Amino acid sequence: MNTMMGLINLEHEHQFFHELTYFRNGASVPFGGRYRLIDFTLSNMVNSNIEEVAVFTRNKYRALMDHLGTGENWELDRRNGGLFILPPDWNDPSDISRGDLQFFHNNRDYFHRGKSSYVLVSGSQFIANMDYKDAFSYHLERNADVTFISTKAETELPEHERVLRIEADDLGWVKNITNDRSNPLLFTGVYIIHKDLLMSLIDKCIAHHQDNFFEYGIKENISNLNIQSYEYKGYSAFINSIESYYRHNMNLLNENNYKALFYKKPFVRTKVGNNPPATYSDRANVKRSLLANGCVIDGNVEGSILFRGVKIKEGATIKNSIIMQRCTIEPGVYLENVILDKDVYVKANQRFIGSKDKPYVVAKRKEM
Amino acid sequence: MKECVGMLLAGGEGKRLGNLTKEVAKPAVHFGGKYRIIDFTLSNCTNSGIHTLGVMTQYSPLELNKHIGNGKPWDLNRQDGGVTILSPYTAQSGGSWYSGTADAIYQNIHFIDLHDPEYVLVISGDHIYQMDYNELLDKHKRVNADVTISVITVPWEEASRFGILNTTEDLRIYEFDEKPKEPKSNLASMGIYMFTWKTLKTYLLDDANNKYSSHDFGKDIIPAMLADQRKLYAYQFKGYWKDVGTVQSYWEANMDLLDEDWSLSLSNKNRRLYSNDSDFPPQYIAESGVVKHSLINSGCWIFGTVENSVLFQHVVIEEGSYVHQSIIHPGVIVGKNSTLERVIVMENVEIPEGTYIRIENDKEPLVIDEGKLIEVIQQKKEA
Repeated sequence: MNTMMGLINLEHEHQFFHELTYFRNGASVPFGGRYRLIDFTLSNMVNSNIEEVAVFTRNKYRALMDHLGTGENWELDRRNGGLFILPPDWNDPSDISRGDLQFFHNNRDYFHRGKSSYVLVSGSQFIANMDYKDAFSYHLERNADVTFISTKAETELPEHERVLRIEADDLGWVKNITNDRSNPLLFTGVYIIHKDLLMSLIDKCIAHHQDNFFEYGIKENISNLNIQSYEYKGYSAFINSIESYYRHNMNLLNENNYKALFYKKPFVRTKVGNNPPATYSDRANVKRSLLANGCVIDGNVEGSILFRGVKIKEGATIKNSIIMQRCTIEPGVYLENVILDKDVYVKANQRFIGSKDKPYVVAKRKEM
Repeated sequence: MKECVGMLLAGGEGKRLGNLTKEVAKPAVHFGGKYRIIDFTLSNCTNSGIHTLGVMTQYSPLELNKHIGNGKPWDLNRQDGGVTILSPYTAQSGGSWYSGTADAIYQNIHFIDLHDPEYVLVISGDHIYQMDYNELLDKHKRVNADVTISVITVPWEEASRFGILNTTEDLRIYEFDEKPKEPKSNLASMGIYMFTWKTLKTYLLDDANNKYSSHDFGKDIIPAMLADQRKLYAYQFKGYWKDVGTVQSYWEANMDLLDEDWSLSLSNKNRRLYSNDSDFPPQYIAESGVVKHSLINSGCWIFGTVENSVLFQHVVIEEGSYVHQSIIHPGVIVGKNSTLERVIVMENVEIPEGTYIRIENDKEPLVIDEGKLIEVIQQKKEA
């Protein structure tokens, strides 16, 4: 059928989030007050009428599974299709596959059973609120073997260093994929491919003992495949380090960026909670900030992002910081350029100051 | 067999709430920044382990039905029991609207018998309180009562506004006084009844055959049981309870949430309040925004000043505006340089730039829907 199935492949994603990825993979890192990075591509898929989505994940996936659950928050708890979390589980002694090809090989059923003829593959570190349907029509129209979704960098940013560049001709046919930092056309890591072609390339990779599907199945094969580049022009970001993570969170405090990412319908979806509305006391003083439900504010908050259930006590000041779920900040504390992971407890009257380039990061459940 | 089945009366129109219930049943009226009034009783059932619940709807049920859905937010989506919406129906023997609270239960006897319970809890979906119904049930079993009615102590000077239960020292009820001029007791009925089902069923069948009955628990069933010297007991509830019957009391109950005490709390982990979540992004407080002593739900954009107010999801307060002691329902936009004081703005109303509406402290807060807004603006122009 002329429809797509989704695949979120986390196998070869680099994890440079230090403290934030001690206990979870990059895809589950909390973002924007109540989301996690995987929410963007997952919501985009669902909002683009993709009805079955598989997730390849090898380690530190407990938080991810807890977040995704049955997929009900993305309306993926379906009789037909739905969400398939596929951690490694294979006991086939004759299996010679390696890397992400292990996942493809051991989950062939997912692809064979799916009624869609096309597969949209994505990672989790490119975030945007985009409609994949446009790229899909383009793919069919151009009759391409593969379509890469690309985006043009207005300015070269540090996180782009690890992003591949696309060289395409005037008609959009991809000639080369490089690491050339002078080329602003960035590959988002999202591509569309026909299921049959995907399966045959997988077989070839496995036969040649390869360990990375994109690297050897697509990139090495670039001259044999007709690949189109489809450029996405909306607001987007690559997040692959603490620094880019912090900066892109702070960018949301610019109203227009926030609207572009979160107020474009259909909305990005996430796991819903059961928190009451945020509560502000007489002493609360909040400026230029994003706050999720369940927060209780009795202090000062400026230029910051507060996740669900954060408590800021009397006289505490939070500046240019990201405070994740259920942190408690006792009276008189001063925090600036700080990232607190979930459930951190900060005792009264302490000062912690990081820098914009190197925010002070505190791992989950710490007591300070 | 179930020990206790809950029957929640949610068909009321709530006439005295005026425009608030023009299009929705009273239990479905927005409350507390994120909730609807019925969430309190639904959550009480969940927190009390009552997993079989019939909700009787009648007046304007669309939003109520949509809100309850399959009961998922309250963990009431169950294969055995769970929540069932019971609307009036026709059958071979005919059919009719629910003509009273007792009639609503009478017409659903088959639903209750399906679960074959020992006890039936009858509650209304339009009261604000947090209560563990197990304590009521424990008392009911301990004194081996036919019905145990939850009561709250009200100030003597207000007692004549309530249905008053006169009891002996051990809280056995010997008389029911509906709005007595000279109250003998200050124990007011909260409209929460724990019945022994076998007994209630006989009274319901008798009442249905009585042409002169108004088929109401307070007016007919309870007096009939008293006349027969049945065992009626009162259970004294200590905590917050409010019947949000008027615009004034609706406004007050919302304002009460701003000063949470132990007995009514949105964040008490042991007595959680559940509801649907609208899944809006976090609220944005701008550089120019000021928020004091308020409840603000997700999806709000605050550029102006908000004080002592309750804002539901996706409300926009533009720059230079001042919102004070007000309740702003979902999707409302308050245009620039407006002042709203002691008002309730209904869903999706757009308040134009420069609007000034201020209700004096001694007057009932004003409910603003689109019609009212046009009226107010017209009056301003003429004045």
